[in-house]
Amino acid sequence: MNTVENKKNVIGSKIKRVDAIPKVNGKAKFAADLYFDRMVYCYLVLARKGHGILKDIDVEKALDVPGVVGVYTYKDIPGENQLGEVVKDMPCLVSVGEKVRYYGDVVAVVAAETYEIAKEAAEKISLEIEELPAVLTIEKALEDKIRVHEPTNVPIHKKIRKGNVEDGFKHSDEIFEGEFYAHYQEQAYLEPQGIIVTPDIDYGFTVYGTMQCPYYVQNSVARVLATSLNRVRVIQTETGGAFGGKEDVPSYVASYAAVAAYNTGRPAKLIYDRETDIQTTSKRHPIKSHYRIGVSKEGKLRAVEIKAYMDMGAYATLSPIVMFRTLVHAAGSYDIPNVKVDVYGVYTNKIPPGAFRGFGSPQVLFAVEAMMDEISEKLSIDPIKLRLMNTLREGSRTATDHLLTESVGAVKTLENIREISNWEHLNKEVEAFNNTHQDKKRGIGVSHIFYGVSLGAAGQHLDASGSHVQINADGTVDVRIGGTEMGQGAKTVIAMIAAEELGQHIEKINVHQPDTAFVPDSGPTVASRTTVYSGNATRLAASELRQRLIDVFCNLTGALAENVQWGNGKFLDSLSGQEISFENLVEHAFRKNAKLNETGWYKTASLEWDAEKGIGEAYVTYSFASQIVVVEVNLNTGQTKVVKAYTSHDVGKALNPEGIIGQVQGGFVQGMGYALFEDLKFKNGQILTDNFNTYIIPTIHEIPEELIIDIVEEPFSRGPYGAKGIGEPSLMPTPAAIANAISRAIGKRIKRIPATPEYILKLIKED
Amino acid sequence: MIVEFTLNGEKVKYDVRPDKRVLDFFRDELGLTGPKEACGEGECGACTIIVDGLNVHSCLMLAAELDGKDVWTIEGLKGPGEKLHPIQEAFVEAGAIQCGFCTPGMVMSTKVLLDNNPSPTREEIKKALEGNLCRCTGYYKIIEAVELAAEKLKGDG
Ligand code: FES
Ligand code: FES
Repeated sequence: MNTVENKKNVIGSKIKRVDAIPKVNGKAKFAADLYFDRMVYCYLVLARKGHGILKDIDVEKALDVPGVVGVYTYKDIPGENQLGEVVKDMPCLVSVGEKVRYYGDVVAVVAAETYEIAKEAAEKISLEIEELPAVLTIEKALEDKIRVHEPTNVPIHKKIRKGNVEDGFKHSDEIFEGEFYAHYQEQAYLEPQGIIVTPDIDYGFTVYGTMQCPYYVQNSVARVLATSLNRVRVIQTETGGAFGGKEDVPSYVASYAAVAAYNTGRPAKLIYDRETDIQTTSKRHPIKSHYRIGVSKEGKLRAVEIKAYMDMGAYATLSPIVMFRTLVHAAGSYDIPNVKVDVYGVYTNKIPPGAFRGFGSPQVLFAVEAMMDEISEKLSIDPIKLRLMNTLREGSRTATDHLLTESVGAVKTLENIREISNWEHLNKEVEAFNNTHQDKKRGIGVSHIFYGVSLGAAGQHLDASGSHVQINADGTVDVRIGGTEMGQGAKTVIAMIAAEELGQHIEKINVHQPDTAFVPDSGPTVASRTTVYSGNATRLAASELRQRLIDVFCNLTGALAENVQWGNGKFLDSLSGQEISFENLVEHAFRKNAKLNETGWYKTASLEWDAEKGIGEAYVTYSFASQIVVVEVNLNTGQTKVVKAYTSHDVGKALNPEGIIGQVQGGFVQGMGYALFEDLKFKNGQILTDNFNTYIIPTIHEIPEELIIDIVEEPFSRGPYGAKGIGEPSLMPTPAAIANAISRAIGKRIKRIPATPEYILKLIKED
Repeated sequence: MIVEFTLNGEKVKYDVRPDKRVLDFFRDELGLTGPKEACGEGECGACTIIVDGLNVHSCLMLAAELDGKDVWTIEGLKGPGEKLHPIQEAFVEAGAIQCGFCTPGMVMSTKVLLDNNPSPTREEIKKALEGNLCRCTGYYKIIEAVELAAEKLKGDG
């Protein structure tokens, strides 16, 4: 065994992204960049009605358009006409005689020789739909008179029952209540959805496309085409952003394209235009919540009671698992003895929301943090102090009564934002500004959050990942993982781990595009789990290979294994000083027929969870973050600008610090868009804001002048080198911090996000 | 119709459908897939190319308009030898690339800026890139990259 402590060469150092060069010279292949011989282009026909019965599909005029290869409807699906992953409530193509449940329901797929022809033909298809009154709000859905699905509009209810809230309220000095609403948010990844399905030489189908979860796509295509998993191979193309929006949706896109490929026998390319993308793909869920919190006069939280309703839209899709995260995070990062939470999933005749960075938690974290801010104001307790008094520490129990024993960086993140923001001084500065300005007011907002890493108790059957590592005769290394790169830097972190464990230079390591033919089902790339799961699997495989190389080294040099060190492309006997380059060593190993490939498999121990009471180990571990934001509100226009922000994140261990900074900056700006102006507008269930001219995402002008980032490292013993995830926690504190800052600036509580200028003006005018 | 123009430094002549979007013509017919489509409406800048020294949304330009123009796509941008162009190097070094879908457009807009203004201020950088959306980076490292590129280019000159 190796006992010499090997100094880390790669982990934690400043590394250039391994995938940067093809992205910067235009050679990277995204879904739309692939072209195949005899390919057909597809376009979708949408129902364009909120609720009704599909009576007839008239395709004649479309078939007359020259260049149309075919129009495919429910009749042309060889397998199951079913896309729903968790609840089987969503058809692939709506059948005649069945219900249309929202504007973006897909009725047919047109295949043609060019994209323009496919689009033109799609517009010529006429649908006869007998309209029904539509359910367009959560309130209407709860009446349960008009049903989106039978037998009820409220099919899902999840709960937490910890302690006894009535007792808790009795022993409280003050009780605070509040009602909140968080609206939709569109992921607005820059690359729209896109898939190509090709009949392949293996008598099956190969699917290429932009996605987070190749194994979901594989399952869905196999089901719709009535074929087996070993006849469907899925290869992820470069993916131009996802943020959750490419978790389940690509399975649907691939299924439509697969119907076209199956029926035409030709490669079928389906690339969404932005309108189709926004009209038919998932969003962040709107959540209405009601909070009641009991506190002692010193500010200790005694009891919390929460009711939240989330709009699942027309189909449940991922909502049941999103709701689990909403449930667990609703009471915030606090140690509260009595907790009662009820979360309900509600059907409406609207777009089905799904996964989006934070996964059902930013909406309730905004609410609970608004409550904390209210408590801090009313009890005149400093907002950071109030949070420090109540936050989770080692030995605390979460809202689900999960006892935390390690890796709890919550306190440090709070202390650090106080320090880096120069808290006392910052408060004086803002006060001085407000004393000298009449039309503009500034406010400081604080937020503090926690994030359960990976899928947790609700998805533990998916929480395992593989990695295949292979050393080639020339000393280069292939790494194949099941987790996807979507811009977050997965390939770079995985390459760093492989380089660290093998001692090879990072430039010699190629982390390939995920391909279901090479790596067994590794679960989804979601929930900020890739570093921990694919990372650990890679580490296992690579360290196994390293042991074999050390054996070869010892054979050649007579060194003792415990004296061997590795790194920077060579192995070294620390005693004799003899060294052999990685390439040379591999050459020797090959001559000896050593096995230089290995599959690592990583899974976590199962979590104890009581679903009836919502009690137990909700997640393997938690990440923590705290944030301070200074905003400036124009009292005449209601316009808000973020002046500066300070944010601190406990990531366990920063494997790739540069990558983490990039994630936090991007997450902050995305969270800021959600808090302030990203506003999805509807008319009769149709989305009116279906491109970037109406759905406004942050441009380079809106970013705060200063965004100071602090990284806390409280190692997680089961993470690779101690790491936890950062993808989602980067966004989660921001909407809450901004809302609180506006509240302080205008002296009225922000209870809805986005806090648009109209909403702010309305609040200012109310008395 | 026949259009003659300079593409990435070479004189070319093509028979095009005049109302075809330049973006589609380049991508579908010439295999130049560097310019990307993210909105098709001139709102995102992912399809940015350089036409007679100006950054242009190729999703809004028609093939007929190419005639007589000097046109550059990301594919034509190179440094000395087969190396990256200093702007591309700066994007890599500053960590300004995440998913990379906005990158070709960002780089082309940066090129136009620095060709005209070798030492831009922060405000000038923001102005020059306001038509290029990025959903991943929050723009901070993109601004750093432009500043780094400006330095590199000055060092070269
Ligand atoms: S695709 Fe041309 S500006 Fe967006
Ligand atoms: S890097 Fe993804 S959109 Fe800019």
